[in-house]
Amino acid sequence: MSEQKTFKVTIDNITVDVEAGTTILQAARKIGGDVVPPAMCYYTRLQHSGGYCRTCLVRVAAGSTADPRPMPKLVASCRTPVMDGMVVENITNPAVLEARKGVVEFLLINHPLDCPVCDQAGECDLQDLSFNHGAEATRYEFKRRTFERIDLGPYIQLHMTRCILCYRCVYTADQVAGKREHGVLDRGDHSQIATYIQESLDNEFIGNVIDVCPVGALTDRTFRFKNRVWFTKPVEAHRDCPTCTGKVRLWMRGDDVLRVTARKDQWGEVEEWICNECRFEKKKVSDWKIAGPTRVDRHSVISAGHYTNILKPNETFSAIMDGQKPKQLMDIHDVSEVNNVDLNEIKGPATGATFDGNPKSSGVNVTDIKTGEGRNLEGTDSTNPNTP
Amino acid sequence: MQLTKRSKQVERKPMTIWEMLYLPSIFKGMAITFSHLFKKRPTINYPEEQRPFSAVFRGLHILNRDEEGREKCTACGLCALACPAEAITMEAAERQSGEEDLYKEEKYAAKYEINMLRCIFCGLCEEACPKDAIYLTQTFAPANYGRKGFIYGKNDLLIPDPNKDPEGFAKAKGELGKEKK
Repeated sequence: MSEQKTFKVTIDNITVDVEAGTTILQAARKIGGDVVPPAMCYYTRLQHSGGYCRTCLVRVAAGSTADPRPMPKLVASCRTPVMDGMVVENITNPAVLEARKGVVEFLLINHPLDCPVCDQAGECDLQDLSFNHGAEATRYEFKRRTFERIDLGPYIQLHMTRCILCYRCVYTADQVAGKREHGVLDRGDHSQIATYIQESLDNEFIGNVIDVCPVGALTDRTFRFKNRVWFTKPVEAHRDCPTCTGKVRLWMRGDDVLRVTARKDQWGEVEEWICNECRFEKKKVSDWKIAGPTRVDRHSVISAGHYTNILKPNETFSAIMDGQKPKQLMDIHDVSEVNNVDLNEIKGPATGATFDGNPKSSGVNVTDIKTGEGRNLEGTDSTNPNTP
Repeated sequence: MQLTKRSKQVERKPMTIWEMLYLPSIFKGMAITFSHLFKKRPTINYPEEQRPFSAVFRGLHILNRDEEGREKCTACGLCALACPAEAITMEAAERQSGEEDLYKEEKYAAKYEINMLRCIFCGLCEEACPKDAIYLTQTFAPANYGRKGFIYGKNDLLIPDPNKDPEGFAKAKGELGKEKK
């Protein structure tokens, strides 16, 4: 076993050579395309992640050349290493697709249908997964598990109701931030991500939990409700940061940087972790050196903006009118009441007052556990069971 | 040169005496004109009389409220995304405590604008809306002397509160759906 061996593995009738110890999921990603099983909890850059969500289930039709018996049950491809001569069925096996549909239904049992409110909508893994693999309607008739929304420090907001317990944020806090104050408490249906004695998370890399969260459970408070993801323009940028590499993706509206995230690869995984200062504090274009627009997959809703190859049409009016200027011209910005507030300059979500004469005001932390403010018990949001 | 076989040569015969009198042809034409006086009129006096709209007519937009008078729109942006004319823009805000009777959801549209100069009344916004918040009513979009008047904000679009102004609410809701078979 001393020499490095490559294993031949066949996934959906496509054969690929991979190193020993590779998981089925990584082998499938090496092939790419439709045969890659979706993953909600597995994250390449986080050790020990995977194995919780069961969306990456595949069937192993033949274990290996030495022992070609099929595996009795569907296996989680993110946790199963390949063997030489293994034959895997993913989208070619209807039983796998059926099982995945069931898994999606289970994941959605307690997930609220608040995508219109959720800031993750448009780049949500669960949204994509349920669109591609799920059923149209739910069969669940009982009361859903609900929690109050909690602010974990000034920057991060936790909507526990949306959480699917993938443990990614726990591993991120352990392995990237190096100092974990939150974890999964309780068991079964009661389990929740929480900081036990209302500890806030302050580590300069803790903002990465927002990026790894596959749903909208952990969201950026500085971006809260400022815009929809698909109306913001993704741009690759970098800066000289003393703590991290400073390579980020800016989400801009006009010249306003509304949000900063880490760059993600084609599997939706962060390429390089970024620090809190880059993520939350640098919301001006002058802070960044912009490399160019991000390439967005054309199937993504974010590509609806067509931000690459913008062609501005020529103004033909004066050419047609022999050099005359139009006598009456309405500039939409004189009339429109939208886009008058610099949303990137306020720290939290905009409120009614922000748009009515007080452009620097922002929403207060209803449950800021860092400053010790009281928890939101009045039921003022949709995540609370008392409000419809 | 004859291009096709269908072309006909124009007859240029001199007119007969009957034709040269002109009056018979004039009376013939006038008879047709007078006969229309006794037929059913195809036109109506518009502002006083109005024709019934088709059940699928798409007119002026409204932003809906629920039974308690709270705004339904949550500024999800799907109408703006669906809009082929890019007429809709909005800005979202967070509902603060004390505003629960104004807005239905945690997030609401603080500003909502439809550029009626761009709108093509296709109804895709109505179709896209997940919250039943935007509807196209059976009202014509009114004319205006300036283009500025066609930028409709929330004041122009929002339906009257059903508790404070039930008549205005019923009027804004219109007759849509009532004549459905």
